[in-house]
Amino acid sequence: MAYSSKTRSLFAGEIDSIKEKGLFKEKRYICSPQDAEIEVEYPEGAPKRHVLNFCSNNYLGLSSHPEVVKAAHEGLDSRGYGMSSVRFICGTQDIHRELQDRMSKFLGMEDTILFPSCMDANAGVFEAVLGQEDVIIADRLIHASLVDGIRLCSAEYDTYKHMNMKHLKEKLELHKDKRTRMIVTDGVFSMDGDLAPMDEICALAEEHDAMVLVDDSHASGFIGKTGRGVHEHFGVMDKVDIITTTFGKALGGASGGCVSGKREIVELCFQKARPFLFSNALAPSIVKASIKVIDLISKSTERRDRLETNTKRFREKITAAGLFVRPGETPIVPVMLYNAKLANDMARDMYAEGIYVVGFFFPVVPAGAARIRVQLSAAHTDQQIDQCVAAFRKVGEKYGIIGLEKDGIIAKYGM
Amino acid sequence: MAEMKDVVLEYVVNEYVDEDDGTTVSYDTPLISSGIVDSFSMVSLKVFLEKKYQIKLPDDEATPEAFDTVNSIVRLVQKHQGK
Repeated sequence: MAYSSKTRSLFAGEIDSIKEKGLFKEKRYICSPQDAEIEVEYPEGAPKRHVLNFCSNNYLGLSSHPEVVKAAHEGLDSRGYGMSSVRFICGTQDIHRELQDRMSKFLGMEDTILFPSCMDANAGVFEAVLGQEDVIIADRLIHASLVDGIRLCSAEYDTYKHMNMKHLKEKLELHKDKRTRMIVTDGVFSMDGDLAPMDEICALAEEHDAMVLVDDSHASGFIGKTGRGVHEHFGVMDKVDIITTTFGKALGGASGGCVSGKREIVELCFQKARPFLFSNALAPSIVKASIKVIDLISKSTERRDRLETNTKRFREKITAAGLFVRPGETPIVPVMLYNAKLANDMARDMYAEGIYVVGFFFPVVPAGAARIRVQLSAAHTDQQIDQCVAAFRKVGEKYGIIGLEKDGIIAKYGM
Repeated sequence: MAEMKDVVLEYVVNEYVDEDDGTTVSYDTPLISSGIVDSFSMVSLKVFLEKKYQIKLPDDEATPEAFDTVNSIVRLVQKHQGK
């Protein structure tokens, strides 16, 4: 036993330090299926209560959809529980190929490879494709998994100011001597809910002979007229070279991710991407359920249309109620509070009102930009949305922030 | 000395501060610990310094602490210029 008391104290000290900085994440237990209304034990040990969920990535409300659950059961029955293998040894079933083909068709790409998660897809794709002769030019606010993947790759990397096309252009010119340039962006940025201007990014990419990779995890299934993602929304379906995305959000919400794109890039991932090579194949039940999700959303846009309507309703009503939100059109709606303690306190009070939302602050978002991030779902009813807005109004009044914008809130609470 | 400080300061302002956000940066303004520069985008500054001053900054020295102010950045560059 080498875990001495000295070693224990070392790690306990680090946990204390996280608590002192106010960054400690509390445990919250959901005691029901994922849905618009859930049963929650929070704080740990407290009696369970039913609350409305406004902080999940269950954008299309498919996480517990009966047809998706049924398909997962069919996957279990017909293909078993697990593969006990990585894909390239004996872990690839016909249904893995089927899901890959269905995703390629859905996203309008040449080929697709599944990963255990989009975190893994992002961790693996850069190293598999690029080398030290190449450069990655990334938006500064890309997701942490892209940052990690870029750092694991031997290519040089550089960054541009968030969604600043002038700065991106400068960086493309700066790196014109590199063998390959790859622009990397989120499709929808998860904290602000803003859409990367893919039309402008793709135009710059063409002008400067650069590839484009977009992580569309917060867009696949509902952004664009038929839910294909940001490349559909901006009319550049044929201009994006690589899409990474997840099955863990709108597309069923279980787990799994993929790299979809040019066939050589997908093949290189199969041959070289370490999270793919050294991680188990996606479980058959998840694969079958994900195929069902693609079926459902390919047949009808009803769910993404409902999500769009819900988003519009919430954005209009929350603004009319006097809360200050970042303008936008996606179902990620940051209610801006700027001060970390205020964001935490208000989120706690919202829970007391029966609304489950979470406060975000530095380092998850920039310092002085604390907020409560609200996420809409197609599963929300009009009444539930109105209930959420009413709770925000009540809690906002308690803290005296109704009608205040950035300067007013900062003057009252600081940053 | 003053010239390098100003070159670095100008780069930091142009590279990391949005025109409309009103942030002012001086030689001693914390850059990393205040969130003006995050550890991911810090690489742009490192590449700039290496190219501009024809030096190689080892990863174990190009730390968030060493890059936290214009003054500390200048000290790091000068140390490597002397090598």
